[in-house]
Amino acid sequence: MLKILKYSFFDLSRSLWSYVYFLFYLLLGIILLFLNNDLSNAVITLMNVIIILVPLIGTIFGVMYYYDSREFTELLLAQPIKRRTIFIGQYLGVAISLALSLILGLGIPFVAYGLFESAAIWNFFSLLVSGVFLTFIFTALAFNIALSHENKIKGFGLAILLWLFLAVVYDGIFLLILVYFQDYPLDKFALIASVLNPIDLSRILVLLKLDISALLGYTGAVFKLFFGTSQGVIISFGVLALWVVLPVYRIIRVSAKKDF
Amino acid sequence: MKYFISIIFLLNLLPTLAGEIRVCSPCEVKTVKQAIEIAQSGDTIIIEKGVYEEFNINIINKTLHIKGVDYPVIDAGMNGTAFGIKANGVTIEGLKIINIGRSYTKDFAAILLNGSENFTIKNNILENVFFGFLIEKSVKGVIEGNRIKSEGGEEANSGNGIHLWSSSEIIVRNNHVQGMRDGIYIEFGKNCEILNNLSEKNIRYGLHFMFSDRNSYIGNTFEDNGAGVAVMFSKFIEMKKNLFRKSWGSASYGLLLKEISDATLEHNIFEDNTIAVNADGTTRVLFIENDFKNNGYAIKVHGGAYSTSFTRNNFLYNSFDVAYSGRLNDNSFTGNYWSDYTGYDLNKDKIGDVPFRPVKLFSYLVNKTPEAIVLLRSIFIDLVDFSEKVSPIFTPAELIDHEPQMNRIKW
Amino acid sequence: MVSIKNLHKKFGALVVLNGLDLEINQKGIIAILGPNGSGKTTLIKSLLGMVVPAKGDIEIAGEKVKDHWNYRKDIDYLPQIAHFPGNLKVNELIRMIKDLRGKDARDKELIEFFKLEPFLDKKLNNLSGGSKQKVNLVLCFMFDSPLIILDEPTSGLDPVSLLRLRDLIQQEKAKGKTILITSHIMSFVEEVADRIVFLLEGKIYFNGTVSELKTSTGQPDFEHAIANILTENNA
Repeated sequence: MLKILKYSFFDLSRSLWSYVYFLFYLLLGIILLFLNNDLSNAVITLMNVIIILVPLIGTIFGVMYYYDSREFTELLLAQPIKRRTIFIGQYLGVAISLALSLILGLGIPFVAYGLFESAAIWNFFSLLVSGVFLTFIFTALAFNIALSHENKIKGFGLAILLWLFLAVVYDGIFLLILVYFQDYPLDKFALIASVLNPIDLSRILVLLKLDISALLGYTGAVFKLFFGTSQGVIISFGVLALWVVLPVYRIIRVSAKKDF
Repeated sequence: MKYFISIIFLLNLLPTLAGEIRVCSPCEVKTVKQAIEIAQSGDTIIIEKGVYEEFNINIINKTLHIKGVDYPVIDAGMNGTAFGIKANGVTIEGLKIINIGRSYTKDFAAILLNGSENFTIKNNILENVFFGFLIEKSVKGVIEGNRIKSEGGEEANSGNGIHLWSSSEIIVRNNHVQGMRDGIYIEFGKNCEILNNLSEKNIRYGLHFMFSDRNSYIGNTFEDNGAGVAVMFSKFIEMKKNLFRKSWGSASYGLLLKEISDATLEHNIFEDNTIAVNADGTTRVLFIENDFKNNGYAIKVHGGAYSTSFTRNNFLYNSFDVAYSGRLNDNSFTGNYWSDYTGYDLNKDKIGDVPFRPVKLFSYLVNKTPEAIVLLRSIFIDLVDFSEKVSPIFTPAELIDHEPQMNRIKW
Repeated sequence: MVSIKNLHKKFGALVVLNGLDLEINQKGIIAILGPNGSGKTTLIKSLLGMVVPAKGDIEIAGEKVKDHWNYRKDIDYLPQIAHFPGNLKVNELIRMIKDLRGKDARDKELIEFFKLEPFLDKKLNNLSGGSKQKVNLVLCFMFDSPLIILDEPTSGLDPVSLLRLRDLIQQEKAKGKTILITSHIMSFVEEVADRIVFLLEGKIYFNGTVSELKTSTGQPDFEHAIANILTENNA
């Protein structure tokens, strides 16, 4: 597994896009911090970027890497290596390198700015944790789509649609349901619906650090009980972890049966 | 005339002429009650260190100065009021009063003052009390440097820390009130000044005005109360340099204004509150140079607002800057700094060239469907807010800051 | 060595392997022939575990193929079309495969044999089809395994390289290995193959030596013998 990981890394380290991604975050971090000079504002802007961009990049990179490395995969398949090792190794290669770009790209300017002396360190930390989770989740989802679709264009399109659905459309439907059924008790529904979508869940986890007062103040007891306690945070991270584990499990299942 | 001057002269001599009574267990006078009984008006009673299990200590029509040495403890044993006072010019200083009994019918207090003038209550410590200082129908007093602490509980079985009823010209200064129902409560009060107090962790309000006109509170800190300050049915209240922090909860406000007119808020800081200012019926209320930072809602206007203006305030990273119901009337938002503002300043006059709309459609939605708050800061909501900004349908179109500042206002 | 029983495989509605049985126990060169789409490549990929059969069993050297991977240690495989990660250099690719296999390799010898030295520092994307095929051959032959599977080894090679390949195959045969080959070049097959396995419609139609094939079809010449099988069945 480590060898496959190493070569996936090696392969990605030659791709220009990894550097573009890294530099983008580096630049974003620097601009936000040193031109804006306000940490809480920077964290809010970053959250918007992370919620939108990290899943998108994870999706695109995942699909792209899978299709681009088909030759490499075929080469590996004829070698005495387990299938699971090959696919999980490649998946981890992409996900870890993306996560590293994110952590380093944002981390360097923040550390340079003097984050460790700031109270915003936990906000920033929760931001990075959510970002890393989203990277792993969406790369895994992208691998799933690519594995099930030989046609590159179709796979790509589906992956983007999935992103669009989870990032935007889901919330639209969610809001419509809330407004339409506003006469009914909705707090449990709202809670479940927001926990089920990894983008919504990550957003709320970051918000818990930033806008907690608004969130707690304006909702019923269910929300308070859930988000106000460590139990809620544990469940939230459990669900995020599940969002990683289930697609990865499917990668293993589907790849074991697939013909090359 | 000569006669008059000599009386003044005599009055001045009185304190030196007055006697001093010591109270301690080996002393001749062993209880506070005993001391008060034998004391003449103008005397000073010095209570030495020790525990005095006494209650219903009454001072009627005697000007007495009670001073504790090293905080002697007056333990009321959960029975009733510790000191009941109906006299002018009384001073109570340096006592530790504990264990005031709870009652649903009577307002037991550590010190109950009724119909008294020129009193001073200073540097006392109150612990486990029902009411702290209950001041009724009194004029001209100072309540200063006291520490009042109780273990809260429920609203029904706890009392207020400093309770002024139908009193005027009282100065409440440098006190620390914690864990009461209302930290400081003023009903039918006039010309009172509440200065530099710290009121925290109270069950209901940090400071509460009811039907009290022409009062001011300046330089106080209200933290982690049910609501920071509630000002209700009062006129001419001056609110300056206060800090309102961490009022968290579904009905929590930094400041609650209800049926208020002719008030000024200046140089206050509102930080981390669920709702910083909840305004319901305000007339001629001026918000000038306040900071609203990291609140859920900075301003929530429920209607009935007239001639209420927000000028040169800083709105910094609140989830919602303004929520507004009802008609705009002649209220105005002008020349504030909004951290959400994304416009530009081409002519470099430090005023944004594009007006700012502080009300978001989402806040309107949340108002109708509170559960929608979980969608806060999602992309979809940003899109909805953006389209509403471009062509307002649900939010009051005329609620606009025409002079949004480019930089944070320094005051 | 290789034992295949009742192998079935469909791609969608298309039946590719339909109850194929095959036993290969001898050493030497076995050519797997058949028209386009007869299932040659699918058969080979099944052996390597790249294609998962719907039904049937494959054993190689006594080990089941399904869900196993360790048996591939003893197989050298030359894929039909040389797909390589394009942004790798030739020597990086060779080093990587050596690293993954963790086995001694005679890559230097083979590089010299196919005259690949000038291309070692070039990226695989920039190589011609023939050069890629040579890299492919180096990767395949460098591990010296007892079973060699060659899918269209001749494609893209110039005449000189073709001669070299022929030599190499003979050398390997002399070492006592089992070599499976598919090829469209009949003269090449006739010359090297000890045995012919002819696939038709997902089954084995013929299994024997070249001369047995000639006699059974009554054709004096190999190419005509093959053509005979095809026309007979299509008619």
